[in-house]
Order: sequence, then C-alpha cells, then structure tokens
Amino acid sequence: MLLLQVIVGGLLLGAVYALFSSGLTLIWGMMNFINFAHGEFVMLGMYVALVVVTWIGGGPAAFGLGAAFALFVLGVVVYLSLIRHVVRGPMLAQILSTFGLALLLRYSAFWIFSANFVSLPQTSLSGTVNLAGILMPVAQLVAGVVAITLTVALHLLLARTALGSRLLAVAEDRNAAMLMGIRPDRMQALAWGLSAGAAGIAGALMAIAYPWSPSVGETFGLTAFVVVALGGFGSVPGALYAGLIIGLIQALSAYWLGPVYKDIVVYALFAALLWLRPQGLLGRA
Amino acid sequence: MRYGAVTLWAALLAYPLVLYNQFYWDIGVGLLLAAITASAWNIVGGYAGQVSVGHAMFFGIGAYAPLLVYHLWKLPPVAGVPLAIGLSLALAVIIGVPTLRLKGHYFSMATIAIAELIRIFVGTWDLVGAAIGLQGPAVGRGWWDLTFRSEIPYYYIFLGVLAVLLSVTAVVERGRFGYYLRAIKAGERAARSLGVPVQQTKLKALMLSAAFTSVAGSLYAIKTGFIDPESGFGILVSVQMVIVAALGGAGTRLGPLVGALVLVPAQTAINTWFGGGGTGLTYILYGGIILVLARFEPGGLHELWHRAAPLLRRRARAA
Repeated sequence: MLLLQVIVGGLLLGAVYALFSSGLTLIWGMMNFINFAHGEFVMLGMYVALVVVTWIGGGPAAFGLGAAFALFVLGVVVYLSLIRHVVRGPMLAQILSTFGLALLLRYSAFWIFSANFVSLPQTSLSGTVNLAGILMPVAQLVAGVVAITLTVALHLLLARTALGSRLLAVAEDRNAAMLMGIRPDRMQALAWGLSAGAAGIAGALMAIAYPWSPSVGETFGLTAFVVVALGGFGSVPGALYAGLIIGLIQALSAYWLGPVYKDIVVYALFAALLWLRPQGLLGRA
Repeated sequence: MRYGAVTLWAALLAYPLVLYNQFYWDIGVGLLLAAITASAWNIVGGYAGQVSVGHAMFFGIGAYAPLLVYHLWKLPPVAGVPLAIGLSLALAVIIGVPTLRLKGHYFSMATIAIAELIRIFVGTWDLVGAAIGLQGPAVGRGWWDLTFRSEIPYYYIFLGVLAVLLSVTAVVERGRFGYYLRAIKAGERAARSLGVPVQQTKLKALMLSAAFTSVAGSLYAIKTGFIDPESGFGILVSVQMVIVAALGGAGTRLGPLVGALVLVPAQTAINTWFGGGGTGLTYILYGGIILVLARFEPGGLHELWHRAAPLLRRRARAA
C-alpha cells in the first residue's frame, strides 16, 4: 500500500514537472532556444503565491492566477527586452543571456526573501483524503490534477486553435509566416509569456504542497531539461509523458535508494539519454 | 599591443611588492585564480565555441585529489596534482566523446547536468568527506606541503601557472590546431567539409582545457587547505569561469585575464562594503553584467576596445 502511495505521489509531482517543462519545450520548439532561467520562473511563481497569500489573503484561485499573470508579463518583458536581441547573435551570447537572468532572479530572491525555507500558510487545501486506502494530501492531489489539465490545455491550444497554428507557423518558418500576415515577434513574445506563465502557475501549484527556498529554481531548471530531453525537444505531449515518468522515477528511487539519490538517478538517466538518443526518447531524429 | 602586454606583466609581477598588504594580496591571488580558470575554460569555450557550463567537474577533481592523498596516505598535497590531471583527462574523454556530438545549447545542458551529478554524488561519498569535505595539513610539515603563512609565494606560483597557460594558448592560437578550433566555432559543417577532424579537435581542446582547470583546482585547494562539494563542484564555479572569460572577451588570449582584472576587484569591493550579505549581491551583479553583456556587447571588453580604440585615436589626433 505504501508503494502504491509512493507511485501516486510521484505521478502527481510528475504532472507539475510536465506543466513547467512544457513551457521550456514550447520555447525550444518555437525558436531553438534553451531558457536557462526557466527554473527561476517556477521559483518566482512560488514566491508570487506566497506574496498574494500573505499580503492580500487570496485563496488558491487568486494566487494561482496571480502567479500565472505575473510570470506571463515577465516572460513577455524578457522576450522583448532581451531575447529578441540575442537570438540571432552568437551562441555564447544566447547562453549567457538567460544564464545571467537566472543568476539575477535567483540571488534577487535570496536578497528579498532570504535563504530560509518557507511554505504557504494553511489554506483550504490542507488535510488529506483517503482514496481507496491510499492517503493523499489534498494539496498534492489538486496540484497534480490541475497541472495535467493545464498541460493538456496548452497542447490543445497549440494543436487545435488558430492561435496555435499561428505560433507553429512561426516556429516552422519565420519568413513564410510573415508572408501570411503573421507577426513573428508578437507570436514569439506570446510564446515566452505562455512559457513563463506555465512555469509560474506550476510554481504556485507546487507551493501549496511543498516548502521551498530560492535555490529550488536550479533543481527545477535541471529537471525541466531532463523532461524535455526525454520527451523530445519541442513536444508538449512528450513533456507530459516524460514529466510523469521522471516524477515516478524520482519517487521510486527516493523510496528504494534513499532521498539523496533521487536527483542522482535522474541526472544519470539524462546523461545516458544524451549519449544514446540525443533527439529524446520520444523525439524524432 | 606589445607595450600593453609588457606593461601588464610588469604590473602583475610588481603588484604584491608595491601594494604590500594582506588585503591586496588576497585580491591578487583571487584574481590570478579567476584568470587561470577562465583562461583554461577559454580554450574549449572561447576558441572552439563549445560553451561548457560544467567545468567545475575538472576544478573539483583538481581540488579534491591533493587533499585526498593527504587525507588517506599523508602524502604532500602536491602529489595529488598529477593524479588530478590524469583523472580530469580521463573524465574529459569519457564525457567528451558523447557530449561533444551535441550542438550549442545541448552541450551546455549536458555539461551542467554531469557536473551537478558529480557534485551530488561527491556530497554523499564518505571516502571524500561527503557534504563536509576534506582538509589539508593544518601546519606544513616541510616546504613540500606548500603551506605558506604569507600569500606572496602563492601569488607567484599562480602567476607562473597563468604565464604557462597563456603561453600554451599563444602556441595554440598560432598553430594549425588554433585554426581548426576557430573553423569549428565559425561553422562545424563547413569546417568538416574542409577536412577539419571536428570531433577529434574538440576532444583535444576539452582535454587541454580540463587539465589546466584541474591544476587551477589543485592550486585553490592547496592554498585554502579545505574543499567541500559546493566550492569544488558547485555550478557557480563553472559559471564564474564563463562570466570572467566572456566579460574580457571569449576566444581571445588576454580576454579572461582582463575579465578577472575587472570582476575580482569589483567583487571584493562589494564584499567589503556590504559585509557578509555581499555574497548574494555579488551574484546579482554577475547576473546583471552578463545579461547586459549578452544584450549589448557579446564580444566582451575586447571587442568594445577594438571598436572604441580607433575613435579615441582619431579624437586624440584631432585635439
């Protein structure tokens, strides 16, 4: 029974991984660009949730939407003021730009919120439920379910709507899209907003279930790389499956080997994956 | 340029004797260490354009090996230096063969993940002190332990290593190998079509870079007499190499040294003004610097100078 509980817990956390990783993979698919500050976006989403709860006293819906909105705006601003200018520059500048952003955001968070671990005060989502003998914290359950729903929604937005087609058209061929009357800059700014917004809301979801400190961004950023590499660069459904798999692997390795090994197993898997299948497990060559 | 280089070296040689004070020696030693690590990174990250963000793995091996041979067998720490170089070369081959096939961002991601993997692993490994780390000899048993009370001997040892490294870089720059590296940076496919052995050249560059990064780690550990997973293998160690090199000018011989000359004193100034809280502020500054650099001046100070110098000269002539 305990094993089953571990598995369910892993899958629920994996769903949140899937949500923020789909943001990273969206940018990668759109413009062949890896955002090294993506984990920091998740971390900021957590602090936005904390600020909304403690200052305004908002409930889960308020801080979830607050985090999504704040990070959406940040994503658009980052694209317009920084990424747009470096994306056609040298490789080193591309990598440095988001690395610099990551350091800036992480240590600003240290500066403002201190290095201590914090967690959200008791919300309406505290407590546990008994699902056919499996005891699950409500917060984890809600976080996982909402995350899966949003990841699927993002996939549907890209695959089924006119807006999604416009985004994908820019990803496919910038110039051809321009000839069709699509403004690539606007679409890419929107993609950055969606990507950061997904990270922000994932952060808010995680904040209701787990304590955190400013340094979590680094771990989440790496986790997102692993998920994206496993699911195939640029694929949102891939990120969904891979997120669930990684969550499961982490939970099981923490259960069988001990908590310190959960990241070792995942990073080792990542290294092996890059060695054997650089295009990702589910990606195309 | 020639006079500039001579003046620079003369200034570096005279520095600890002119500013004869512990505070300035600390800055000097830190500066040289930053210059060595960034120059070592520069061979593969700058010249070959393979942006590794995991060089801490070589630095960490270099730092751990000397203290480990002391810890296990009471050997002088220096005896660990060749061991560290050997291990770093082996690691460079093991991780280089698969990861150097990856392009651009993928390579950076892979190097970060592998360095983090090693960091977490070292943090759980009791033989190397797990999370607490290792300590060197508290009091030197002889000159061979290289535990000097004054910073000056360290300063000149570090300066010697930097001089060797920059001479090697100069030889690389002028030779066929250097042309291969720059060809790869400019375009891998084109380089391959011209007969450049791309993978082999990248691997050699990574090995050369790893060996010197490892030496830098050894110097750090022998001087400090202490190492833990974060200061050896932490991601900030890797990031600092990239920042210092990029600030001065990645892929130029003196760029990393210039970057260190600017950044290390700035860092010390912040730490002095803001006391203990300065560390976080330093990284905010780092982040800001590289952000602005990437946005406005991706070539670093080197390129800025090359653009500004003719203008200044024209103005001087007009005046």
